[in-house]
Amino acid sequence: MLLSYLKIAWKVLLRRKFFTAISLFGISFTLMILLVVYALFDFTVGPHRPELQADRLLYVSRMQLLYREGGQSNNAVGYGFLNQHIRTLKTPEKVSLSEANFNVATAYVGQQILKLDLKRTDGEFWQVLDFDFVAGRPYNPTEVRDAAHLAVINESTARRYFGTAVGVVGRPLEADAVRYQVVGVVRDVPVARANSYAEVWTPVTTGPDDLRKPDLLGKYQAIVLARQAADVPAIQDEVQQLVRHTPLPDPKIFKKINMRAQTLLASYTARFDDNAGADGGVGRFTGLLLGLGLLFMLLPALNLVNINVSRTLERSGEIGVRKAFGATAGRLVGQFLLENIFLTLLGGVLGLGLAAGALALLNGSHFFAYSNYALNGRVFGVALGVVLFFGILSGAYPAYKMSKLQAVKALKGDIAA
Amino acid sequence: MQPIPPVIRLTNLEKVYQTKTIETVALSQVNISIARGEFVSVMGPSGCGKSTLLSLMGLLDEPSSGTIEIDGRPVTSYSDKELAGLRNHKIGFVFQSYHLINDLSVVDNVELPLLYRPGVKGSERRRRALAALDQVGLNARTGHFPAQLSGGQRQRVAIARALAGQPEIILADEPTGNLDSVMGEEIMELLLGLNRDQGTTLVMVTHDEQQARKTQRLIRFFDGRQVA
Repeated sequence: MLLSYLKIAWKVLLRRKFFTAISLFGISFTLMILLVVYALFDFTVGPHRPELQADRLLYVSRMQLLYREGGQSNNAVGYGFLNQHIRTLKTPEKVSLSEANFNVATAYVGQQILKLDLKRTDGEFWQVLDFDFVAGRPYNPTEVRDAAHLAVINESTARRYFGTAVGVVGRPLEADAVRYQVVGVVRDVPVARANSYAEVWTPVTTGPDDLRKPDLLGKYQAIVLARQAADVPAIQDEVQQLVRHTPLPDPKIFKKINMRAQTLLASYTARFDDNAGADGGVGRFTGLLLGLGLLFMLLPALNLVNINVSRTLERSGEIGVRKAFGATAGRLVGQFLLENIFLTLLGGVLGLGLAAGALALLNGSHFFAYSNYALNGRVFGVALGVVLFFGILSGAYPAYKMSKLQAVKALKGDIAA
Repeated sequence: MQPIPPVIRLTNLEKVYQTKTIETVALSQVNISIARGEFVSVMGPSGCGKSTLLSLMGLLDEPSSGTIEIDGRPVTSYSDKELAGLRNHKIGFVFQSYHLINDLSVVDNVELPLLYRPGVKGSERRRRALAALDQVGLNARTGHFPAQLSGGQRQRVAIARALAGQPEIILADEPTGNLDSVMGEEIMELLLGLNRDQGTTLVMVTHDEQQARKTQRLIRFFDGRQVA
């Protein structure tokens, strides 16, 4: 049965090659764009190294102070505050403090200037995140406390600075005229992973800041690792409790503090939306993304509906014969939907190929540093879902219309042999 | 002992086609019974309602009034699904213009009625389709496509398709209308053989007086009415 339907579907596709080509182009192109967007999205917030356990991670990276007279200050958080209040939270397994953004440090290789993205972190940073060490080790909390001048660097920096990524552990690296000893080399982290990305990581205690200052606003973030994904809401609640009990710096000037423990996605969306609510703007962001995705699919879907309707009318003779020999309306709807899903699946395969090509181009362009966009199981799953949705969306109406044709009338619109 | 009901009984059957401006009576007060194993031909000038009659008998169309009984059971109130099941099990169709599906091979075309019969496996479908093709003498052409066959061969395929489901009734709408006289004769012999050897009930619409005379009963239509 299925084979018979597929045979027909294939023949119908071959019969009107031009229409088929247009349909396939529409589907595969749409899918390619959606897949590329999703791949970028997945690459940025999916569970990839170093945030392999993304569902257990929370970020306290922004604080908002609201002024009595209107207006607000938005910034990363002070180290002293985070150290005193977030590091001591009861629910999480571990908390790490680090600079929220990287600094650009200057190094010299011979006469050549090398700009290095440098991030200062504590020792726990390497415990809450899953970096892929290709050589050496991370610096530990004791070494951080002792302000040891150690550095972990990424592979590309090792190659650029030392000319090789092999045997660099133990060698000195000078950045901004400060000398560090390389203790570990990790695989490159893409710049899209803004919370963890850098080229050189050094102990937070080797930086210029006075870490004991209790200021609310500063340039630091906390990365919080939950014992299990289910603990995430409890940690968020605990942070909210803490914020409620945090005294305002000057009640005459300020009226409120906002600070949240956010998921990876929310930690990004909140950067672009100072007035994001409790969900960090994730709802608005995903709604917008879904809406745009749907809108984007609607046009080719409508085009496909149109083509399908005319194809269906061409096949009225076949519909009449099938009805005469016992096909119910439901069976015919099933057949035509299946044919359409078959077509869209073909488009899906093409779209996946195109998306893989587009991502390879994007990777090759080095537009985003250290990007290695790829199609993975999740992207593939999304593609399959989108294709099925697309197939059903564009096939349902023509199939319904066709199944309602009266057998006698369908037979009179004779086009069969 | 209860009398055996006719296979098809039409009572006071009417079919009226209504458009915004005009009402066309296609069939008026038709009362026909077809007994099991009968071979009946229907004749009349073009537009007299013969094909409409066949469509109604074949449950492809709904009457405006009157009743249709199949095996003594009125089917006028049957649902789409029930009618489809009845068509599948009881009735086979042969059309003047064959109505084969061009995109399917000969054997796939013949399998069609069995495709809609629950519980018939692929291998069984194929076996029965090949047997039906054998019966119409086309077992050497099973892999061909309709466009590769002559008119006579196409009609044989269509008959094999009607036979594959082993229906009790075959409704043939001018089955020789598109064929030359020699091929027409061959098809007619095939239908007569089915009726004679397998007891299949046949109703055939035809323009050919000679062929009609070979059947057991002739019903004549004129202007939507049965005149003989």
